[in-house]
Amino acid sequence: MKIIVPVKRVIDYNVKPRVKADGTGVDLANVKMSMNPFDEIAVEEAIRLKEAGKAEEIIAVSVGPAKAQETLRTALAMGADRAILIETDAEVEPLAVAKILKAIVAEENPGLVILGKQAIDDDSNQTGQMLAALTGRPQGTFASKVDVAGDSVAVTREVDGGLETVKLSLPAIVTTDLRLNEPRYASLPNIMKAKKKQLDVKSPADYGVDIAPRLKTLKVSEPPVRSAGIKVADVDGLVAKLKELGVA
Amino acid sequence: MKTLVWVEHDNASVKDATLSAVTAAAKLGEVHLLVAGSGARAVADAAAQIAGVGKVHFADDAAYEHALAENIAPLIVDLMGHHDAFVAPATTTGKNVAPRVAALLDVAQISDILSVEGEKTFTRPIYAGNAIATVESSDPKLVITVRGTAFAKAEATGGSGVVEDVTGAGDAGLSSFVGAEIAKSERPELTSAKIIVSGGRALKDSETFEATIMPLADKLGAAVGASRAAVDAGYVPNDYQVGQTGKIVAPEVYIAVGISGAIQHLAGMKDSKTIIAINKDEDAPIFQVADVGLVADLFSAVPELTGKL
Repeated sequence: MKIIVPVKRVIDYNVKPRVKADGTGVDLANVKMSMNPFDEIAVEEAIRLKEAGKAEEIIAVSVGPAKAQETLRTALAMGADRAILIETDAEVEPLAVAKILKAIVAEENPGLVILGKQAIDDDSNQTGQMLAALTGRPQGTFASKVDVAGDSVAVTREVDGGLETVKLSLPAIVTTDLRLNEPRYASLPNIMKAKKKQLDVKSPADYGVDIAPRLKTLKVSEPPVRSAGIKVADVDGLVAKLKELGVA
Repeated sequence: MKTLVWVEHDNASVKDATLSAVTAAAKLGEVHLLVAGSGARAVADAAAQIAGVGKVHFADDAAYEHALAENIAPLIVDLMGHHDAFVAPATTTGKNVAPRVAALLDVAQISDILSVEGEKTFTRPIYAGNAIATVESSDPKLVITVRGTAFAKAEATGGSGVVEDVTGAGDAGLSSFVGAEIAKSERPELTSAKIIVSGGRALKDSETFEATIMPLADKLGAAVGASRAAVDAGYVPNDYQVGQTGKIVAPEVYIAVGISGAIQHLAGMKDSKTIIAINKDEDAPIFQVADVGLVADLFSAVPELTGKL
């Protein structure tokens, strides 16, 4: 089967984001960008399924600006076979991304689509579920284990309180949680080879998808700042503080 | 506006997360509940007691027992024919089901709201809580998940809702439940605990974590949490994880032991009322958000603290 892995170019997870002074958003100028960490896990899982002989082809897909090509090249260097960029400079909401992915799913007919559970910029946690809804396919969200056997896939999910395993009939949609795997680093030779792999560039209009936002961002502000705390000299000071708070 | 609130439950009792979602929904208008489960009549009866609740839609079917999104979403979409908003707590179940509902209704979802600013205007955290966005929906119907720690809990009793049976299409035939492995804990539940003692990478291994953190937590009647580093290193199961990708908590007192305070961890706990940090590195970022800090080696300080309480 084919596997499609959608990947997103986001602010690097180690960077502390700064809110723009005019409240229109977060300042992304000259900030290090990387592949969304959950998407790296998705790419890795697809590659492992291919290495286990359970998939033949991996297609990495990204919706975003021209620079998202770098993100797709990273996926290709890790081991994806080809890539599709749906290029737009607009901010695309999860629903619109899901609609674009639905059109790609209709074209490519993958057995699995593996997405990250959420992007660390908008923290929505929606796209995979929405794609599953639009394609009428089952969903295995927050996966910490994926086991493909025959015409179904068993997905162990991280849920509040522990783990849960569900069995989904293929084709299916899976979203990754952090513990699914540890993504590999792309080696230099593979980075070089990735430059020669196929990368098609398309636009949302090619798929007939209206990407107009449904949500209007009125403003973006700093979270409330915590007032500076105090340091106590020793454990006795801490005990006194806990007593003051009424917890000891 | 008529809102439909997803009742989080285990087929026996209503989970606390529901109560915060009811408070958020009440700000939008009339509150109706949905109890979907198997043999969950007691849940529906309990849900009807929640203060401020009008109708309780009760769907009892074996297909709804484990809240599989494929089976539940069409039921909710049906009920949304006569509701204006769907509200779910931002639990793993809510996060799993709500976007599937939103896409079927062709509306954008508003995830993890912190406040209701107007009929269609909400605030929500982005970038791991480093920014707060105020967003306005242009959709005819709303689909919302609610951050539990941002809203007070509705009273669980005193209401006089009416339970009304509804039926849905049942099993969509796409998925099935195989099994669950629920971590057993005698301690309070992490997301609703008043006090949390959390440990990080500095705890060395699971035995040390157990021997250091647990006695302090038990002395305080606290829940136990952990940073991602502690979970990844296998000191504790992953449902202990507090942070952007784990649980979001806001207890009265959060005690961070041997946790440096990476932004992903802070995203999960920085709304705690009082933060206490014990760390031997006085430059650790955790001290920038801590109300009370103690620079000390946790291996001597924590047992001493436990002994003196």
